[in-house]
Amino acid sequence: MASNFSIKHQPGFTAIAATCFVVLYLPIIVLVIYAFNAATSTSEWGGFSLKWFQSAYQNTQVIDATLRSFQIGAIAAVLSTIFATMAALATTRTASYPGLTFKYAAINQPLMVPEIVTAVALLIFFSRIKIFTGYSGLGYLIAAHTAFCIPFAYLPIRARLENMDLTLERAAADLYATPWKTFRRITLPLLWPGILAGLMLAFVISLDDVVITEFVKSGGQDTLPTYMLGQIRRGITPEINAISTAFLLLSVAIVTLFFFVSRKRD
Amino acid sequence: MPDKPDRNAIEVVNVSKIFGSGEGQVAALDKVSVSIRENEFFTLLGPSGCGKTTLLRLIAGFDFPTAGEILLYGQDIAPLPPFKRPVNTVFQSYALFPHMTVADNIGFGLEMLGKPKAEIKARVAEMLKLVKMEALAGRRTGQISGGQQQRVALARALAPQPKVLLLDEPLSALDYKLRKEMQIELKRLQNETGITFIFVTHDQEEALTMSDRIAVMSSGKILQVGSPWDIYDKPAERFVADFIGETNFLTAAISDVGNGKARATLKSGATIEATVAEGFQPKDNATVVVRPEHAKLTKDKGDLSGTVENIVYFGTDTHIHVRLDSGEAFTVRQQNTRSAGFGFERDDKVGILIGNDAAQVLRD
Repeated sequence: MASNFSIKHQPGFTAIAATCFVVLYLPIIVLVIYAFNAATSTSEWGGFSLKWFQSAYQNTQVIDATLRSFQIGAIAAVLSTIFATMAALATTRTASYPGLTFKYAAINQPLMVPEIVTAVALLIFFSRIKIFTGYSGLGYLIAAHTAFCIPFAYLPIRARLENMDLTLERAAADLYATPWKTFRRITLPLLWPGILAGLMLAFVISLDDVVITEFVKSGGQDTLPTYMLGQIRRGITPEINAISTAFLLLSVAIVTLFFFVSRKRD
Repeated sequence: MPDKPDRNAIEVVNVSKIFGSGEGQVAALDKVSVSIRENEFFTLLGPSGCGKTTLLRLIAGFDFPTAGEILLYGQDIAPLPPFKRPVNTVFQSYALFPHMTVADNIGFGLEMLGKPKAEIKARVAEMLKLVKMEALAGRRTGQISGGQQQRVALARALAPQPKVLLLDEPLSALDYKLRKEMQIELKRLQNETGITFIFVTHDQEEALTMSDRIAVMSSGKILQVGSPWDIYDKPAERFVADFIGETNFLTAAISDVGNGKARATLKSGATIEATVAEGFQPKDNATVVVRPEHAKLTKDKGDLSGTVENIVYFGTDTHIHVRLDSGEAFTVRQQNTRSAGFGFERDDKVGILIGNDAAQVLRD
């Protein structure tokens, strides 16, 4: 009789684990397979074909939405990473004080407030600004994405900072480095993997967003996810599967890169 | 010991450092004054929490004194940030920059000072040679051993030719043999560079073997400053006598005080000559200390008498714990010789002879 409790040896463990994996991955596998369907159906197999990828590639609306997604994602990721880096430095390079926990909560607000609430709030808030300024460009989407990406960029950066030996900065100061030089030569290079990880995570989160984007976007400002949502309402063709598959590959690539970057220690 | 010039590199004047405020405030340093001479190997010795590291941090500039001045060759540096002080530190954890090579670590200080590239290169090469690390110049600091990291940390701190080098328990992470090696190495580096070293340690043996002078600290105060010989043989206070080496404390009646000497009449009735802690005028009764190796056992009547309680063999010597007739404990240390019998056993009645110039009257 085994002396240690092991969840693996409990009755039903294998069945539950298998069910979870099936529920998680089977729909995705089916989706990917039907992206290569020669027929127009997403449920009846009509032979192998790449025509839906080709059709998506030639669809200017898809390309347009993809480019917009990348544009918003890139700008929002860079901005939110800059803010997150500053926030992480300000919240770790200080002695603990009353109110610090509140600041953590404030920075991580988008993780706690339901997205739909933020979306409605932004919709109302931005519509006022639109009336006053007349501006209806991509700025609103970029601002909204930047805001909700901050906590995702913040977490890996803060984790990296907390693991950093403060004596290193002290040693640099001891060796005649001014505070700015210490930051440039010591803190920033050591923080870099955390910053890159934060940047990639923020980009993926922005790329994936539907709810806030759907509420904040003006006419003709579809991102890839909101475009897909719109298409599905009109009936599904394997083109959606093809777009989803391409999107999936991109996300997997970025997340894999994220793991490699954040695993790299010193 | 070579003659040291009398110029002071560092003068700490009435420095206090108070942490916290109100009820919870703690004086890590309490009006400390000390002068550290040029080219001296000066050690701050004391148990953890005595304020030695705080004093070092104030000299380095990582913290600022609540009151008092810290003079570097006469100029008050207490308010300056660390990067404006010509003082470098060897950290306990070494704090080598993990993203740079050994050579880049060593050159960092010079680079920050804006020295020309050629000069940095030459100086780094010189430093690598000084600490015998030429072969590993291109390595990352994570790829070298603890002892090698120690050498790089030393070279990095010495490269900008600081006026004073601060060493914060730099040997504590090394194993015994390596620590012994580095003690000699540090002494050599200090001789070769002629830089003033301020060394912080809680290890009395390290302090005795390496220092020109030692300051013994306790509870935020400096209790005694002197050569290792002074500190060991002429401790001024009970704490100093107790902290450094082993010792015997005896109560004695004091008479004939004068010329730094006095007569001490022990409880056994015997009278011995003792030196008196500097600047101290003893009253009738005082504590006298005698080091275990400055006393001798005898089968005849000695200055003290008692019964052998325990005998502990240490290889080079043997410690004999004696319970005196007066009830006090007394330890005698006797050098061992090969094959010769030791001559005493437990429960033997013994006498103890205290040599001339073996006793010191404490201030306490």
